[in-house]
Formats: sequence, C-alpha cells, structure tokens
Amino acid sequence: MNTTTSSRRVRAIFRNEMRDYRRNGQIVATMIILPLIFVIPPLINIFALSAQSAIALGREDPLLYLLGIPALVPATIAAFSVVGERQQGTLEPVLSTPIRRQEFVLGKALSALVPSVAVAYLVYALTLLALAIFADPAVASALLQSQDVLAQLAFTPLLATWSIWLGIAISTRASDVRVAQQLGMLANLPSVVVVALVAYDVIHPSARLAFAAAALLLFLDVAGWRLTSAIFGRERLIIAAK
Amino acid sequence: MSHQGERSGAIALSVRGLSKRFGERIAFDNVSFDIGSGEVFGFLGPNGAGKTTIVRTLSTLLAPTSGTAMVAGIPLTPDNGVEIRRRIAVMPEAPGLYLRLSVAENLECFADLCEVADPAARIDSALRAVHLTERAHDPCGTLSKGLRQRVALARALLSDPQVLFLDEPTSGLDPVAARDVHDLIAALGRKGTTIFLTTHRLEEAERLCDRVAILNTTLRTIGRPDELRERLFARALAVRTIVPLADPTKVFAGLPAVESWHGDGPDGYIIAVTDPDVAAPAVTRALVTAGADVRSVGESRHSLEDVYLELIDEDEEAFRG
Repeated sequence: MNTTTSSRRVRAIFRNEMRDYRRNGQIVATMIILPLIFVIPPLINIFALSAQSAIALGREDPLLYLLGIPALVPATIAAFSVVGERQQGTLEPVLSTPIRRQEFVLGKALSALVPSVAVAYLVYALTLLALAIFADPAVASALLQSQDVLAQLAFTPLLATWSIWLGIAISTRASDVRVAQQLGMLANLPSVVVVALVAYDVIHPSARLAFAAAALLLFLDVAGWRLTSAIFGRERLIIAAK
Repeated sequence: MSHQGERSGAIALSVRGLSKRFGERIAFDNVSFDIGSGEVFGFLGPNGAGKTTIVRTLSTLLAPTSGTAMVAGIPLTPDNGVEIRRRIAVMPEAPGLYLRLSVAENLECFADLCEVADPAARIDSALRAVHLTERAHDPCGTLSKGLRQRVALARALLSDPQVLFLDEPTSGLDPVAARDVHDLIAALGRKGTTIFLTTHRLEEAERLCDRVAILNTTLRTIGRPDELRERLFARALAVRTIVPLADPTKVFAGLPAVESWHGDGPDGYIIAVTDPDVAAPAVTRALVTAGADVRSVGESRHSLEDVYLELIDEDEEAFRG
C-alpha cells in the first residue's frame, strides 16, 4: 500500500481555497479588519507618548503584542475549513476521490497559513512604518528593536500554524460553522494571553525563552498535523452531513 | 440471494452479505449481488431504504458493519480505500460544486485530486460529453440545477472510472433536464461504463438499466425489468370494446389458454392467460362471433412501477401485520 503524501492533491485543495478567497470579499475583509482592530488603538496611544516615555518603553517589548494577530486571524478560517465544506455539500465529492485525510488537512492548513502569515507580516510592516513616521523619534527608536523584529518574523508562522491545527481539529468535530469559529477563537486565547504577558514584561523575554518556545511550537505544529489527521473521521463527517 | 452480473464475463462489483447499522438502526441488511463489467444496474427503493448508504459504503466513505465486497476488483477493506477510489467515481445526489468557482476550475480541482494525466484534455472531453464546453468559464453558482447536475456528471467522468456510482442523478430536475441526464447515462452505458444507478424514478430505471434490484433495507428482488414482471404477475390480455359485452362469461369461458377474466372499466376486460399467442386469436374470434365492436386486443403489460409497488406494499403489509 502506497502511503506517501501526494503534493498534487495537497496543491489542488490549496489552489481551490485560494480561488475561493479571492472571490469571497467577506473572508478577505474579516482577515484584514481583525488585525486593524488589534493594532489601531495601541498605535494611537504610542503616537501620543512623549520622549520621556522612551526609557520605560526600552525595557519592554510592546510590539510583541502583534503576535496575537497570527494567533487569531487564521483561527476563524481554519475553523470554517471542514465544517464549512460539510455545510456547503462539497465535502462528500472531495472525500470520494483518492485523497487521503492527511493530504486534505494539509491542503486546508496551508490555505489558511499563507494568507494569515501574509496579513500578519503586512500589518507588522505597516505598524513599523507608522511608528517611524508618526511616533516621537525617541519612542520609535525605543520600540524598534532588532530582536523583536526577529521574534516577530520567527513566531508569526509558528503561532499561526498552531492556531490552524486547533481550528481544523475543532472544525472536524463541530456540527455548525458559527460554533466552530467561536470555539476556534476561544481555543487560541491562551496563546494571545501568553503573548500579551511577554509583551508587557510580566514574563520576561530572553533568548533562552525564545528558543524554548520556538522548539515547543515547532513540536506542536508537527504533532498537530498528525493529530488532526487522526481525528479526521471520513465516516463521522459524512453521517453528520446528513 | 446472489445473482450473476450479465453484460460481459468480468465482474465489476461483487457484494456478499453486506450490512450497515448505525447503532440500533439498520440501514441495509445482508445484501448480495454481482454486477458485470459494462452493465447499467439500477438500485430502486423508497426513501430511507438504504440506497445512498450502499453507495457510500461501496465507495469507501462508510465502513460496512458486516459482509464483504469487491469493488472494481479490489476487496473492500479500510486499507484499500485509496486504491478503490482511484478506480471509481461517485456523483452524489447533491452536486456539491464550489459555487464561486467556474465550471472549469471545479473540474481542474477534481482532475488534480484524481491525479488525472493530461488534465486539460480530460476536462475538455468531459465538458464535451455533457455539452457544457460553452459554459466552462461560468461560475457554477450562476448555473441552473440541471446544468449543475451535468457539471457533477462531468466531474465524475474525469478519471474515466471503471465503476460509476450515480446517486439519484435526476432528483429535483424538471423533465427536460432529466431527459438530458438520461441521454448522457444511456450514452455512457453504450460506451461500456459500468454504472450503479440509485433512483426512485421507476421509468428512469426501466429505460436505462440492464437489470434492477429493489431494496427496502433488505434486497427484495433482482433481475431484468421484464423478468421481474413475469415473475410477479400472471400474463394477461387487455380487451377494449366500443359497447360493453352483454355476457362476457359466455364470450371468454372455455377459450384455449384463458384462465379467468375480470372487468377493467365499463368497456374493458383483463383476461388471465397461460399463453398470449394462443389466447389472443381465440379471444378475437370469440368477440367477432359474439358480434362485439372490438376497439383493441393486446397483451396487458405491467410496468416496473407495478412490480415495485407490489413488493413495497408486501413489505408494508408485513410490517403492519
């Protein structure tokens, strides 16, 4: 029995989803509005800060707060991925093809990951640009730290992937899209809380902590694919679709 | 009950004692049959009889509770799911298309999922088969229900399957759209594709299928439509006259091959016969001798619907009893 993963089938799911996103303005709007709500209020506060605040800011890493975006943005998309197809009636024809469950969930995960990471990086870049232009130069200099940029670049895909596996796992078990999306957001709140605690120095960030957290997330991301594939029950999904 | 598939020697689908339960509820029980390669096989039954569950079981979406099956030459086991799905295609009752995507984009996705070689050529050929080439770039959401069924059929044809499962392919279609789908299925049958067709439209089964089975949780009967009619109903002649006969008993009694008769409306008679070829000339002569104004004498044909209703009514009576 050949059990290798077919990249062509994974690509087929990915490309299908990308085409669907392009034609569904609501999905794109949701992906962009949520990060903006996340970013605009803190930015307004930062723009109002004077040069005297820069010393205090230099001891914290408030921009790491933006890592909440990759934790939350893909959650709703991933939570829709399976239960949404089931409700649209498109799941049964797909599962009647030779596709394996690990190929299906991988295709779904990639199609949530790519736009989420792109949105998270874009919002981060725009935030840095806005800081450089509108914030007091001393405040901007205190906030724009190279290690924070590095952490943002590294942790964005790691957090997004974990969020996606949680969302897909919920989606395979949920019977309703709205319930799945709400549960998906709730399941990712712990990640957001940890990110906020680090950003506001309740948990002091260090290189050792960063490596340990990255290793843990990498492990969870790899295990997430296996676990989500394992709980993806073709029969349960088809019967529940009735 | 086991029956040999017919059109050619090879068996495309072989089912032995297959059952599926959902907890206490029995979807179908102890079903056995064979379907020959190239045969168009109809699976009839009322709503809830287990037709769709059989399709889902044989297409590896559901695991059987007991029994065995060979699908396109592969044993139906959990390990063989991918291999079986490579050789079959399923058109479910609801087309299940991505409505924001175009017809061609829907087909591209499934061509890749089935790893079809030269997908562009296959898509083109499938679209031509269902007469949809002109609509290839239309979003599926803009198509009528009949056209969406045709797209679903094109999608099922992409992988050139050995066995094609069609689950209620004309459900909810108007007569013209249903006729179009019938023509497509008939064309596939002529091409030699093995087709497993579930339906509760009896005229559809009678028109398209080489053999039919009637399922009502268990398999009630299986055979060619004309065999089923003969098996269940006595042969009969239908006689129509312009004016009712004064004394029908005097006309029909004692004629060769005539067993009994009964009235069928004010000027009609159904005559049970052992051999229509012997009885028909004798009945005609007797009518003329009696001075009757004969409108017609012909063999009374029971439809597949009569067979179906007879069996399903038996089940309902047994259930009530």
